[in-house]
Formats: sequence, structure tokens, C-alpha cells
Amino acid sequence: MIEKNKFLDILTFVFLIIGIIFIIFPIYYCFIAATHDLATVMKSPMPLYPGVELFHNFQKAFVKVNMSQQLINSFIMAMSITIGKISISILSAFALIYFNFRGKNILFWMIFITLMLPVEVRILPTYEVASNILSPINKIIHVLSNININLEFSLLNSYSGLVIPLIASATATFLFRQFFLTIPDEICDAAKIDGATPMQFFFKIILPLSKTNIASLAVIIFVYGWNQYLWPLLITTSPNMKTSVVGLQDLIPKVDELPEWNVAMAAGLLILIPPTLIVIIMQKWFIKGLIDNEK
Amino acid sequence: MDKKSIYPHRFLPYFLIAPQILITFVFFIWPAGVALKQAFLISDPFGGESEFVWFEIFEILFEGDQYLNSFARTLGFSFATVFLSMSIGLLMAVLINRTIRYKRLTRTITILPYAMAPAIAGILWMFLFHPTFGSIGYFLNNVLGFEWNPTLNESHAFILVIIAASWKQISYNFVFFTAGLQAIPKSILEAAVIDGAGPIKRFWSIIFPLLSPTLFFLMIMNMIYSFFDTFGIIHTTTEGGPGGATNILVYKVYTDGFVGLDLGQSAAQSVILMILTIFITIFQFKFIEKKVNYL
Repeated sequence: MIEKNKFLDILTFVFLIIGIIFIIFPIYYCFIAATHDLATVMKSPMPLYPGVELFHNFQKAFVKVNMSQQLINSFIMAMSITIGKISISILSAFALIYFNFRGKNILFWMIFITLMLPVEVRILPTYEVASNILSPINKIIHVLSNININLEFSLLNSYSGLVIPLIASATATFLFRQFFLTIPDEICDAAKIDGATPMQFFFKIILPLSKTNIASLAVIIFVYGWNQYLWPLLITTSPNMKTSVVGLQDLIPKVDELPEWNVAMAAGLLILIPPTLIVIIMQKWFIKGLIDNEK
Repeated sequence: MDKKSIYPHRFLPYFLIAPQILITFVFFIWPAGVALKQAFLISDPFGGESEFVWFEIFEILFEGDQYLNSFARTLGFSFATVFLSMSIGLLMAVLINRTIRYKRLTRTITILPYAMAPAIAGILWMFLFHPTFGSIGYFLNNVLGFEWNPTLNESHAFILVIIAASWKQISYNFVFFTAGLQAIPKSILEAAVIDGAGPIKRFWSIIFPLLSPTLFFLMIMNMIYSFFDTFGIIHTTTEGGPGGATNILVYKVYTDGFVGLDLGQSAAQSVILMILTIFITIFQFKFIEKKVNYL
């Protein structure tokens, strides 16, 4: 605070309250709806204090759709994307910084291109590749030798399909690359003199030094993975392979159905809890990750 | 930029970078190529040779006003979302920066929407604005006597998705504005106070200009967000309706491809979106380079 200004303080307070209400109200409303029974939710307007049906509604959500399986799917997807994205980016950044090899620049640009093309802009062809991941090989062999082969391996309705296309990342690679550039050359020289192989150098020195970067990146990527929508929507058709964020749509009451918004909101609440907890508990890492990741 | 300490290895770097490159090739470059091909070739339904048709598919796409309409709606949606989420994010950052008490709590609340999937944010807001079950919907209809119905009224639906999309993005902007505000030296502001500048004058003539790199960066990031990441919001709330009022470009690619099964049209739209993204990304990188020079 630089100066004292009573009027400004009151103004700040009033606007802050309005802002906080705007931000928290939809979440609060979701929570309230999740705690009431159907009759109370159907009353308009719905009361704004909590009821006692929360656990009953949770149960209903688990019975109506395969929530437990879908939550597990979300968790597997988010975890695998986190681990996969960090591993392949840190390894490629390591290769780009600590080695000289032919085609380095071309490969660097290839990774760079991934930044430009989110799944959303190339939906259909990406889906086609996922439905038969060996189709590029078939095509290439056909063009090169005019032999028709038909290798097939589909990623639809599988964890690998949910995860693999999303773990290539230019931003994470850049982040590690920028960080490796700040590590003094002397450290690598010392490791070499001590006779460390490249992989020993990586595991004993580079990896421990990258700990804070990895932690903050992990928070961001986990939330990103958990909240994926379009890709899981396309690639999973069986209800048992759906992720919870996609599966929630099945609980939203349609026009001619019983308006069980309480059950839908209870399920929504459950799905919100893991990423929300991570963002709150790891707030410091989350903010660092967000800012690092975008620069 | 390169490190002086480099490991001489012939195969290891290729091995390290291979996973990243493989995924990039199969899920990014290959599909982008397929989209390009499908946008310029009409394939014979009986399996014969496909024919190169130049821009015919694009011409069909731009015939009639459907696509141009979707383009205009996307721009309107994007502009409103970027403006709202950035101004509320900035306002929250300034307000919380001014307060002394409950700083941590208010900050934590403001970053909560970040943890939420856009799809779920859409569902929460749709529920709140539901004409019969939502509190705000009830208030608009029964207290203000406004005939609110986002499932039938085009502008109501448009407003609803803008609110949901902006709300979700407030946290992101808030984090960056807070970081930007904290980087402004206190001494400058104190000097301004001594010179007799009031809080509003200080904001517009010192804080706002000093935040301009952040503003510019966020403008681009929010634009990308509103173009692509809002798919989940549209899909869970309005599904592009009513009457195409919320059928933004990314949603149209999806519906034309997966519901309409029109390969060529969807591919042509993918190509346009790719060009758009590449344009935005290059713009952004040019800017970041510049910013680095200033530091």
C-alpha cells in the first residue's frame, strides 16, 4: 500500500467481493445442487444452502454411469500424459543441447511445428491415423515399391490412443532446452573428466537439477491431461473407456428425461476435485509452471 | 546458443529424440499432410485415381454464407471472450494486489477456474442459466420478466457461451497480470505519489503501459484459447445452436467431419485453421524475440 485512501479501500473491497462472487458462484451452485434431492432441485428457485443428499447423489452417479471406471481412466490418462510428456521432452532437450548430430536443426524445427497445430485444427486426419496407426507405413511402402500391404493397429478405445498423441510437446521441450542452456558448461566438463557416460551425466546431474522444473511442469500437464475433451471424445466409443470429463455429458438431463441435475452436479463435483486439489495444494508450482511454460 | 561441452556420440542422440520425432511425425505432420491432400483432391468414390481440383473445394466452402457466418461468429465470440476475460483478470489482479488481508485466500479462489475443464465450466454455466432450473435463469425470467431461453434464442446462447468461456480464462490472465504487477518497481509508484498522481492516473500512465508486454502476450494466448480450447464449452452447452448461432470454426470442422462426414470440406477447413494458427504463432514468436531484446 502506497497511500491511505479510505474511499479507494471501500471501492476495492466492493469490487473484490463482486469479483470473488462471480468466480466462486458457479462452483458453489454446483456444490449446493449436488447436496439436494430431486424434488428440491426442481423447485425454482433452488435454495442456496446445502442439503444432506450429497453422498446419496454420489452413489446415484456411480450407478447411472460407470463413474468409477471413468475416473480411473481420467487418472490413468492424466498421469501417463504427465509422465510421458516430461520424459520425452527432457530426453529430446538433452539430445538437442548436449550432442551434435546431423539433422539436428531439421529435427528441432519438426518439434517446433507441433506447437502450431493443436488437435482441433486437424481433427479428422488425426483420427484416421489413430484408427490405424500403421497406415502411414502402408502408404509409404505403397508409394516406394507399389506393393499393397495392409498392416493394421488401431488405437481407438485404448489407453495408448488416449495418451500417445498428446505427449509430444514443443513447449515442454523448449522449457527444458532453455533451462539446460543455463547450466554451466563446467559441470558437463567435470562429469566428462570423471568419466561419466552421457546417460550417467543425465541421470546423476541433469535430472536432479531439473527437479523444480519437472514439478511445476507436472502440475500444469496433469491438469491439462485430466481436462482433455475433444480427443477422448473422438477416440473412445465404449462407455468403459471414456474419461470422466467426457462421460459427464451422459448425466446431463436431456429434454424428455427426469431432470436429475443433482446427480449430474454431484458427478461434476467429483470430477473437479482432483485437478482443483492439485492446483490449490501445489499453488506455488502451478504458478511457476504456468508462467515458465508459456515463455 | 550451443553448448561448448558436447558429447561425441553417433547414435545416442537419435535414440533420445526418436520418441518425440516419431509422435510428431505420425500425429502431427502426417495428418496435416493428409488434410492438405484432401483439401485439394477429390477422390473417386469407386476407388479410381483421385483428381486434383485446385481450389474447387475451397470455392464450395465459401459459397453461400454458412462458412463466412461461422467466421464472423468466431471473431465476435473471440473478441468478446478475450476482452472480458482479460479485463476481469486484470481487475482482479489489481484489486488483490491492493488489499492486505485475505490475499492468499482471494488469490486461491481466483485461480480455481483454471483447474476446471472447459466442458465442465460450460455445464456449470448452462445449469446456472437454465431457464427453469438455474438461479440466474429464474431471476431473469421471473423477477426481471425477461424471456431468457438460451436453447431457443440465438443471442442468449451466444451470450451464455461467452460468459462461460471468459469465466474459465480469468484465472490464466490473473496469474500473468499478478506476475506483471509484482514486477513493477515500487519506487516508480512512490515517486508518482510524491508528484501528486492519483490512483487512477497512476494506473493509466504507469501501471498500464508497463504491463503492455503482458497485455500483448495474453491477447495472443487468449485468442488461441477462444479459437480452439472452447470446443468443450460449445459441445456441452449449445452444440453450435440454436440456428448455428454458436457454431464457431473449430466446432464446424468437427460437425462437418464427424457428423456430416464430408471429408473434403472438413479438410479444407482444417487447412484454413492451420494457416490461421501458423500465422498467430509466427506473430507471437516475433513478438517474444523482441521482448527478449528489451530485457
